[in-house]
Amino acid sequence: MANILVFVETSPAGGVAGSARGLLAAAAALGTPVAVVASEVSPEATVALGQAGASLIHQGIGEQAGAMLTGPAVEALETAVAAYSPAAVVVSNSADGREIAGRLAVRVGGALLADAVSLRLDGDRIVAGHSIFGGAYDVESTVEGGLPIVTVRQGAIDGVTSEGGGAVEIVTSQLTGTVPGARVTAVHDAPATSARPELRTAKTVVSGGRGLGSKENFALVEQLADALGAAVGASRAAVDAGYVDQHAQVGQTGVSVSPQLYIALGISGAIQHRAGMQTAKTIVAINKDGDSPIFDVADFGIVGDVFTVVPQLIEALAARPQ
Amino acid sequence: MKIVVLIKQVPDTAEERTLVPATGWLDRDAADNVVDEINERALEVALRVKDADKSTEIVVLAMGPEEAAKAIRKALSMGADSGIHVLDGGLAGSDAARTAAVLAAAIRGTGADVILAGNESTDGRGGVVPAMVAEHLGLPLVGGLNAVVLGDGTVSGERSADSGSLDVTAALPAVVTVTERTAEARFPNFKGILTAKRKPVATVAAADLDVAATPARAVVLSHSERPAREAGRKIEDDGTAGTQLAGYLIENRLV
Ligand SMILES: Cc1cc2nc3c(=O)[nH]c(=O)nc-3n(C[C@H](O)[C@H](O)[C@H](O)COP(=O)(O)OP(=O)(O)OC[C@H]3O[C@@H](n4cnc5c(N)ncnc54)[C@H](O)[C@@H]3O)c2cc1C
Ligand SMILES: Nc1ncnc2c1ncn2[C@@H]1O[C@H](COP(=O)(O)O)[C@@H](O)[C@H]1O
Repeated sequence: MANILVFVETSPAGGVAGSARGLLAAAAALGTPVAVVASEVSPEATVALGQAGASLIHQGIGEQAGAMLTGPAVEALETAVAAYSPAAVVVSNSADGREIAGRLAVRVGGALLADAVSLRLDGDRIVAGHSIFGGAYDVESTVEGGLPIVTVRQGAIDGVTSEGGGAVEIVTSQLTGTVPGARVTAVHDAPATSARPELRTAKTVVSGGRGLGSKENFALVEQLADALGAAVGASRAAVDAGYVDQHAQVGQTGVSVSPQLYIALGISGAIQHRAGMQTAKTIVAINKDGDSPIFDVADFGIVGDVFTVVPQLIEALAARPQ
Repeated sequence: MKIVVLIKQVPDTAEERTLVPATGWLDRDAADNVVDEINERALEVALRVKDADKSTEIVVLAMGPEEAAKAIRKALSMGADSGIHVLDGGLAGSDAARTAAVLAAAIRGTGADVILAGNESTDGRGGVVPAMVAEHLGLPLVGGLNAVVLGDGTVSGERSADSGSLDVTAALPAVVTVTERTAEARFPNFKGILTAKRKPVATVAAADLDVAATPARAVVLSHSERPAREAGRKIEDDGTAGTQLAGYLIENRLV
C-alpha cells in the first residue's frame, strides 16, 4: 500500500491537535499513514498517535520549531515527501494547515484539494469530496500530474482509537530553516477552555445572534447550551458586537457545522449564516420577526421573544422525566 | 512603501451561487460579481498606510475574466493608485496552483514591499493562494492577521490560534493576509470615482509573464446539487411555545 503523509499539528506544550485522529483515519482508508510532526514528539504524543493508527512517525527537529510559523512544518513535510514517496499528503484545513499545504504544493510540484469532507480511493487515484456554497453542492475532485495535497475540513472525518495501538517507529530528520517564514514573538493562551463540546463536532449547537442584544444577555445562549450539553455558536453580528469570541462564528466566513440539532436564537438567517449550518439534521429557530429568512430552513420555528421562550424551554427540559 | 493588493472578483455571497452544469466551474452569470469583502478589507489596510504616509503606492492585482476590470476600477475608486489585470481566456478554470504561479509572475516585476491578500476567498474557500504566491517569490507569509502594523521594514500583527492568539512578525518584503476582523472598508467617494477613470490599468496575458510551470492540477470529477431545505412547522408564541418546543425535542429524541 502507498504511504500517505499526515501532518500532525502540535501545541506549544507538545500536545497533539484534536484534528490528528480524523486525519489519520482518513489516511488509513487510502494507504499506510505516516505521521509527520515538526517538533520532537513526546512519549504521550507517540502513544496517542499509535492508538489513532500511526505506525511510523517522522519528526523534524530544529531550533526553529515553535519560534517560526509554519516554516518548520513545510520543511519536515518536504523531507518526508522525498523519503516516503507518498501517494498523498493530508493536513488539517486550519489556518496553519492551509498555509503549510500551499507552500508545500509549490515546493514539491503538487496540487491542492481544499476543504475536503471525505476521501476515497478510486483505483489508484485519490478522490476528495467537498461540500460547497454552504452545502448547496457536493463536488468530487482529484489531482492529475502530481502529488495531491489535501486539506481536510476540521471535524468532517471521524477518528478511530484502538486500545494500546501497535509499536510505533520514530524517524528523525534535522530541520535547517530553509523556508522563509514569520517569527512568533508571543503566545497568548485562551482563557481556561470550557467544558462544552467542540463546536465543529458537537451533536447539538445553540447559536445566538444580534437579537440577544448584549454580552450579558448572551448568557441565555450559554444556559440553553449547557442544559442540552451543546456547543455555543454565533452569528457574525454577535461576534462583531463583542457578545462572544470569534471562534464561535458559524457561517460563510466562520465554522461550518452539521450537527443533529441546531438552535438559532435571535438570528435573522442571512444567507451567509445559513451557509454554515443548513446541513444540520434538525434546525430550530426562535425569532421575533416572522419574516426572518431563518424560518425558511427551520424544521421547528417559533415566532417569539427569546427572553420568554428560552427560559420556559429550559424549565420544561429540566422537568422532563430522565 | 509599495503595496500590491490581491483582489479577487467573486459572486456576491448575498445571492444564490451556482456551478455551470457542464464544467463544474463557478457560474459567473448567476449572481452579481463583486470584489470579495475580505479583499476590500485588505485594501483598507493598505489605504490606511497611505493615509498616514502619502508616498505609499498601492497597486491592485486581479486575475480574472473581462468583468474583473470592474473590480479593479472599484479598488481604484476607493484609493488605489493603479491596477494590473491578468486577462487570458486560457486561464479560465485555473486551480490554486496555476492561479498562484500567474499572480506571482505578475508581482515579480513590481518591486513590492508588501503583498496583501485575503486569508480566504468566499467562492473557493481554499485559503492557499497567498501561501503559494509567497513560496514562488521566496518570501515569508505572515498570514491570518486580525490586526496589522506595517512600517520600518517589518510587518507584525496578531493571529488567531486554535485557542488564543499569537503575535507574529517578519521583515519586508513579505506576503500578508488579513481576516475579517481587520477594519471594515471605506466606500468610494465622488472624487474617487471620478479620478479612478484616469488611473492606469495594465492588462496582461499569461504569455507576457514568466509563469512557473505547474505540472499537477486539481480537476473536478463530478458535482451535484442538493435539494433545497424546506420550511417545517412554524408557530406564534402564545405563551406556551417553550413548552411545545421541549415536547418536540423530546418526542424526536433530540435531547
Ligand atoms: C462576505 C460576508 C461573509 C459573512 N459571513 C458570515 C458568517 O460567517 N456568519 C454569519 O452569521 N454572518 C456572516 N455575514 C453577515 C450576514 O450577512 C449577517 O449580517 C449576519 O449573519 C446577521 O447576524 P444576525 O442574524 O445575528 O443579526 P441580524 O440580521 O441583525 O438579526 C437579528 C435578529 O434577531 C431578531 N431579534 C431581535 N430581538 C429578538 C428577541 N428578543 N427575540 C427573538 N428574536 C429577536 C430580529 O428579528 C432579527 O431577525 C457575512 C457577510 C458577508 C458580506
Ligand atoms: N484570481 C485571483 N486574483 C487576485 N487575487 C486572488 C485570486 N485568487 C486568490 N487571490 C487572493 O488570494 C486570497 C485567498 O484566496 P483563496 O486561496 O482562493 O482562498 C484572496 O482573498 C485574494 O487576495
